[in-house]
Amino acid sequence: MTLGGLAGYRPQQAQGERMSIKGKAYVMGVYEHPTRDAPDKTTAQLHAESARGALADAGLSFDDVDGYFCAGDAPGFGAMSMVDYMGLKNVRHMDTTETGGSSYIVHLHHAAQAIAAGKCSVALITLAGRPRNGGNRPGGGGGGRPPAGLTDGAPEQGFESIYGGSTHNTYGMCAMRHMHEYGTTSEQLAWIKVAASHHAQWNEHAFLKSVVTVEDVLNSRMIADPLHLLDCCVVTDGGGAVVVTSPEVARTLKRPMVKLIGAGEAPKLQMGGKGLDLTTSGAVWSGPAAFAEAGVTPSDIKYASIYDSFTITVLMQIEDLGFCKKGEGGRFVADGNLISGVGKLPFNTDGGGLCNNHPTNRGGITKIIEAVRQLRGEAHPKVQVANCDLAIAHGTGGSLGVRHGAATAIMERES
Amino acid sequence: MSEIMTRPIPAPAVNLESKPFFDAAEEGRFLIKRCNACGEAHWYPRTICPNCHSDDTVWEESPGEGVIYTYSVMYRSPTGPYAIGYVTLNEGPTMMTNFVDVAPDGLAIGMKVKVKFQPTEGGAPVPVFAPV
Repeated sequence: MTLGGLAGYRPQQAQGERMSIKGKAYVMGVYEHPTRDAPDKTTAQLHAESARGALADAGLSFDDVDGYFCAGDAPGFGAMSMVDYMGLKNVRHMDTTETGGSSYIVHLHHAAQAIAAGKCSVALITLAGRPRNGGNRPGGGGGGRPPAGLTDGAPEQGFESIYGGSTHNTYGMCAMRHMHEYGTTSEQLAWIKVAASHHAQWNEHAFLKSVVTVEDVLNSRMIADPLHLLDCCVVTDGGGAVVVTSPEVARTLKRPMVKLIGAGEAPKLQMGGKGLDLTTSGAVWSGPAAFAEAGVTPSDIKYASIYDSFTITVLMQIEDLGFCKKGEGGRFVADGNLISGVGKLPFNTDGGGLCNNHPTNRGGITKIIEAVRQLRGEAHPKVQVANCDLAIAHGTGGSLGVRHGAATAIMERES
Repeated sequence: MSEIMTRPIPAPAVNLESKPFFDAAEEGRFLIKRCNACGEAHWYPRTICPNCHSDDTVWEESPGEGVIYTYSVMYRSPTGPYAIGYVTLNEGPTMMTNFVDVAPDGLAIGMKVKVKFQPTEGGAPVPVFAPV
């Protein structure tokens, strides 16, 4: 199959019944910061002041914003440090596309796409920087006066990175609190690893292929209380890729039709430390959005790819996606309930990040890939879910115990 | 009896907004930020109030007392076990920290703790917490 090159493809995109951004979005607020030299403000502050100005111009507030767009000039972790700094409580769509100085026009386009698709209704795009004052310099240009002993990076940096937070112990803090509030046990968490290992034994490429027991997990050395070595995912080199097409292209290809029917995303942040709850994840927002768009419920799902950086990650996401009630995750995952052919919710049948693969410490793409294998009927026969026509892929990126981005996708096999 | 945990802490990154905090830390004073518009205290301290988005935020000296919200003792450490955790301050906000002057098995959620400042490697001291 060939599409005849870009010359043939572009007109096809613009024609027919395909959705367009034309007339779907309005630019209702703008603000150009008056400063040209900012020796007394951080870059984060300039972002926030610019945001305030544009929102005021539109007659809207920070709390109206549900989509946030920024590029490489925004300090911190993707869009999340700035969403957290500004206290944007309702953001459910983020875009950090970076194309240098044109990024903000790209964001305008992407914001219109997101609005047209119903993913957000008030999109905020910000830019700021202090090249004259030694601040961050997108593209590395500029000279600037060095800021005597001061930095201008992620606004939270001086209050967090000093404490030796790693993935292990920040996830450990979630597990500790979950155990405190709900009586979750190390044995219950261990069952998640046990299930993953049962699947990994059939995967010839799995990093860890041995089946382990609850006792094996509990007897492995303590890494970050209460997480043992075997509560942790593997560290692997590797890669992955995904191709997404229009329905028209899909119908011309000789592969099973795997249709995306719902998706949601959300950041979960510190928000000024008010009411911090480390027993829940951003899945409490991304999950319901995806299920609502798909028009299905958790009980309809035949197979689940659930991000498994640690056992606690799986347990919290299963609760937050609605596969069981909050606090009942421990009982839900125990006794092999996640093992394909044994339990009610077959999960990570490739062995997941816990046993198979966690390429470059980013497991989201392998979550999509195994869900597609299941929907195609191409998973290993020992773990293939019978009549698997509806699957979910869910991820948590960043740190569950500090700030993270949750993403949910629901896919259906079209016969 | 387990050993008391200590951990070398690197110098904190200080920016224009956090400089007053770390200047006070040099004097052993623990500051938080409070918003005059909504009355809420927040953490980490910043110019814009993360609760109501006002710019009318002011520094306030705090006794630095609170309770442990959660913690994890890190054993995968070349300098020995150390405890990261969150403290819910009596003023309301919950903040990340390290726990010191305590053995690895001596911590508990809900335990009362108080701030102290730990010297860092070539930078301003930073707030850590010890059981009361």
